[in-house]
Amino acid sequence: MNRVPDENGRFGKFGGRYVPETLMNALLELEEAYSHYSKDPDFIAEVRYLLAQYSGRPTSLYYAERLSRHLGGAKIYLKREDLNHTGAHKINNTIGQGVLAKRMGKTKVIAETGAGQHGVASATVAALLGLECKVFMGEEDTKRQELNVFRMKLLGAEVVPVLSGTRTLKDACNETLRYWVSHVDDTYYILGSVTGPHPYPMIVRDFQRIIGDESREQIQKETGRLPDYIVAAVGGGSNAIGMFYPFIGDESVRMIGVEAAGKGVETEEHAATMTKGRHGVFQGSLSYVLQDEYGQVQPAHSISAGLDYPGIGPEHAYLKDTGRAEYVPVTDAEALEALQLLSRTEGIIPALESAHAIAQVMKLAPSLGTDRTIVVSLSGRGDKDVQAIMGYLGGAEHGR
Amino acid sequence: MAANLIDETFRRLKADGETALIPFLTIGDPDLDTSLDIIRTLEEAGADMIELGVPYSDPLADGPVIQRASERALQHRVTIVDCIEMADKARQAGVKLPFILFSYYNPVMQFGLDRFFELIVRKQISGLIIPDLPIEEDAEVRERAENAGVHLIPLVAPTSHDRVARIASKASGFVYCVSSLGVTGVRSDFHRGIDDFLTAVRRSASTPIAVGFGVSSREQVERFSQQADGVIVGSAIVRKIEETLPLLQSAGTRSEGLAQIREFVAGLKGAGVQG
Repeated sequence: MNRVPDENGRFGKFGGRYVPETLMNALLELEEAYSHYSKDPDFIAEVRYLLAQYSGRPTSLYYAERLSRHLGGAKIYLKREDLNHTGAHKINNTIGQGVLAKRMGKTKVIAETGAGQHGVASATVAALLGLECKVFMGEEDTKRQELNVFRMKLLGAEVVPVLSGTRTLKDACNETLRYWVSHVDDTYYILGSVTGPHPYPMIVRDFQRIIGDESREQIQKETGRLPDYIVAAVGGGSNAIGMFYPFIGDESVRMIGVEAAGKGVETEEHAATMTKGRHGVFQGSLSYVLQDEYGQVQPAHSISAGLDYPGIGPEHAYLKDTGRAEYVPVTDAEALEALQLLSRTEGIIPALESAHAIAQVMKLAPSLGTDRTIVVSLSGRGDKDVQAIMGYLGGAEHGR
Repeated sequence: MAANLIDETFRRLKADGETALIPFLTIGDPDLDTSLDIIRTLEEAGADMIELGVPYSDPLADGPVIQRASERALQHRVTIVDCIEMADKARQAGVKLPFILFSYYNPVMQFGLDRFFELIVRKQISGLIIPDLPIEEDAEVRERAENAGVHLIPLVAPTSHDRVARIASKASGFVYCVSSLGVTGVRSDFHRGIDDFLTAVRRSASTPIAVGFGVSSREQVERFSQQADGVIVGSAIVRKIEETLPLLQSAGTRSEGLAQIREFVAGLKGAGVQG
């Protein structure tokens, strides 16, 4: 497989830079700065130091023996991104981009957030590095994730509720881009996923590939060989691409991205971009998009605010169309069931995003022999979702 | 191939020593019939070309005023086809001005480039502005536009720096100079280096140049008339339409609403109120 993206930011036909002219110079500047600093030993050392000493990397690769036994089939390993500082993989990228912003001489950072994990990680890194921080969040999500709003404020960030459109992640992204257009002189945009215009999908992937790099080394040490399957949830797709990227050349490793099917792909309430979307241009790049026949972007739905997004990173679109990775939908109900199973068998409450990946493993593992291995990215912990989960499960689950 | 109406209009205005007033409206805000009436009103008020805005769910380059107009139009499921047909309807209603279609790229792409160009030529649209299609991404569209005799009008911003020459020298129709950073919307001050910026664009462009983003008053129109061949007024007009919605949406007061829009636009040009 060729190295992607090419110099135009293309992953095959996907990607690119579909943005207002006002932003082009900022993107070119960012590309140049990244190309310089990503080869600078001092920069690399600072990022590595913070990942190790501040965030707590490497995260462990944990053999989920009770879950594996319960499902009766393949051996399941959990890549514990939930053990990171702030509770999710998001910190890998915000540390990288935060240090980059500082090297570029920017004093202010902005970020968008859905479930709040990227917002919290951005606010955290801004506090750590002494940068001013503003986080844009759909008004709807500020209600769903009240605790994370409070966390961000505690960390010194300003949270801007977004009132336009669907008032969720998609509109928070639009609003962050709009704000950036007006303040490109002194403001760095810490984009939270492998979406948006080039060079963001490349930069975020490079900062997240540590998930796959560590997994690759850890599983080989543990089992003496590569895994048979790697599984990760996809909204925008940053944790999944982080897990997949180092394995792309290993043809024997099957890669499965799990997207949110909400109330079912046969309903209108889902976020199954790969299953139900079509090629389109959305928020700066060409990828799969949930849209109507006239190109209007459709609202997405998921129980998980972090997967509630009608687009997906262009590199995932490329992996799908080249057949290198497959993408499957998992419903809200299946995710909730998986969340409870992992909690009870392993004592780990996963984030709702990660529960989608576990739900796919529940389907996959029993069909495989016990000599097979699956590595699944546990992208975040469920603390942020506990209140929401309580609402969904209600009294019915109480005391079961 | 017939001469492009945009070129003819700029030629005529130049001979008369005038600057083009180019208003923008979102088609279908609040409904298609009203848009047709507004287009006729804009012509009566002294507009020289009209930008027909295609409503879009995710208008990245636009501020809150045009976003709201898009949302109103989308409530009635107004499509890119309706917007193109609007040019034809307006022509049949006697409007003679050149039409410029303003659309984000995704609606154009989903329609299909070949079908799209076939239709806009048939419906007499002379120019095209796609705000999220920078020169790096526009090759496929540009080639078809050239073949169709439709101008693909590029945007150039104060932050374009050394891209200015590349963009302006490739321009077709006119160069759309973004007067300030940020999204569309009324504002009182423009980018600090605006004068140098416009001079730089003028130096590189072989086409006319027009200024837009934030222009809302007669003073501002006059100011940019010194430096540019055209002035684009978007949000200020869309806001005026929004303000007159209660009048426009009731049969008894509709003509009063249209008169207020006519007065506002005529005032921008200083042409006096007609009709």
